Amino acid sequence: MVSEKAITKKDVEHVALLARLALTEEEKERFTKQLGKILEHAGKIKEIDTSKVPPTSHIVPLDNVFREDKAGECLSQEEALSNAPEKEEGAFLVPKIV
Amino acid sequence: MIFPPPLREGGLRGRVDYIPKESYEAVIGLEIHVELNTESKMFCACPVSFGEKPNTQVCPVCLGHPGVLPVLNGKAVEYATLIGLSLNCEVTEFCQFHRKNYFYPDMPKDYQISQYDLPLCVEGYLEVGEEKGVSRIRITRVHMEEDTGKLIHIGGSGRIHGADYSLVDFNRAGVPLIEIVSEPDIRSPEEARMFMQKLRSIILTLGVSDCNMEEGSMRCDANVSIRPVGQKEFGTKTEVKNINSFRSVQRALQHELDRHIDTIDSGDRVVQETRHWDDAGGVTTSLRSKEEAHDYRYFPEPDLVPLISDKPKVERMKKALPELPDARRVRLMEQYGLPKHDANVISLSKATGDFFEEVMETYEDARKVSNWILVELGALLNQANLEIDECAVTPRHLIDLLKLMDKGTISGKMAKDIFKESFDTGKLSSVIVEDKGLVQLTDEDAIGKIVEQVLAENPKAIEDYKGGQERVVGFLVGQVMRLTQGKASPDAVNRLLKSKLNNK
Ligand SMILES: [Zn+2]
Repeated sequence: MVSEKAITKKDVEHVALLARLALTEEEKERFTKQLGKILEHAGKIKEIDTSKVPPTSHIVPLDNVFREDKAGECLSQEEALSNAPEKEEGAFLVPKIV
Repeated sequence: MIFPPPLREGGLRGRVDYIPKESYEAVIGLEIHVELNTESKMFCACPVSFGEKPNTQVCPVCLGHPGVLPVLNGKAVEYATLIGLSLNCEVTEFCQFHRKNYFYPDMPKDYQISQYDLPLCVEGYLEVGEEKGVSRIRITRVHMEEDTGKLIHIGGSGRIHGADYSLVDFNRAGVPLIEIVSEPDIRSPEEARMFMQKLRSIILTLGVSDCNMEEGSMRCDANVSIRPVGQKEFGTKTEVKNINSFRSVQRALQHELDRHIDTIDSGDRVVQETRHWDDAGGVTTSLRSKEEAHDYRYFPEPDLVPLISDKPKVERMKKALPELPDARRVRLMEQYGLPKHDANVISLSKATGDFFEEVMETYEDARKVSNWILVELGALLNQANLEIDECAVTPRHLIDLLKLMDKGTISGKMAKDIFKESFDTGKLSSVIVEDKGLVQLTDEDAIGKIVEQVLAENPKAIEDYKGGQERVVGFLVGQVMRLTQGKASPDAVNRLLKSKLNNK
């Protein structure tokens, strides 16, 4: 949902936190302006009357696409871990979470 | 003498008078997750299997590699629909998956495919408490999602706080998971347990999940708050997580409710937060999260097309639902003449119901069977902390035992001891009887001699009997049983005793 009011620095800080991005003060200022411009541009769509258009989440005219419940091939543990920066005992090693 | 705590300001909603514990009402809503036992995962062909080596049941899809596309498992949708239908839900016409975005290493994509405002099933109910008065617990929704990977925290005694690093196993990531959300209609921890039991029994009857809380294929989170009886508004709620055994549902909720009451009674406020149930310590602790208020930024999953309900198929599925616990309870009463309580307990667990009916295929006396299952077997199971389908005693064992009793080979007293041994060793009663030479003494001459001996040793009892005190017969029977190590046929002992007493 795009809010009517202009985007603030606080919004940028919130979004940056959710995306785990560390922004400098200068970047925060710059992105506040840039994001504001983008939203303003997207806001143009409001000028069109969409009251009779159903919300579109997909552009392909398909529904109810299913896969048969059959088990297939897996990767080997070695393959699965081959891109891992760090691993231990067959598991992906991730840094301290909290 | 119990003294109420002193009056304090600033308690519940400005009330300053002490509110006794009984005048609070619990308000509980449950969120239950159930892993489906499909052959393959929700969106890829990796097998759903447990106890495999870490990261061996994975593929580029469930590892979230770039460029892969999820494809929905049709069977999982069918299973989820069955759960919804058996909970009296509506299957929605238009259903869609959403991405739930969060940063946590249990999902490789940094989002979980879940459902948001367009779940598969909505607005159902489940009824509990047949014995004390039925409560209808409304079901808000039943939705589908993918399970997450498993984390093992290294260092810091295995808890996430204080760990040095964590290890991730994605075998479970992508396993079909169903979330069942109840309305806050549950009014006591006992009712919550009954809800869980009934739900588990229903899902086991459908055969779509193992519902094993200890192994994590059934998980329960609870929203808990209290309010003075009669108040409409809800109090501040807390969410209790990590309730990971069937037995701890009631304990965890009772503890959390008591904590709310104590907090309010001492003039504090309950803080809205997520709390972790510590089963060993019997307490909940705050899970203060560094994250800002959860902001999952749900948006429609662009890689999965919507589901449009196939109404005739749903109708067919509804008609073909197996007999659910409520219907079984009614049938057990009608077909076998079981009393309400017995029918209720037996139907509440699918395994117990199956056990009972399997015995009834070759044995006639339903009351006797239900008694043995609920009383004798029930006590042994409780002691051993086992479920009926986890113990060594099978329907064959019980039938064998009951028939030995009917033939008079063993007495009721002997049967209990033999049954205990069957339970411990898995041996059939007839084998135990033969091995130990435990045959009931029915030889009336032999019993008669012992009866004479007992009477000779107890002249006072004979006098009392003559004086009209029939109760002494019980004492004398006990003496005879003691001398025969419980092997004498109680019928014969009773009969012989009475006739000899009357002839004295
Ligand atoms: Zn996979």
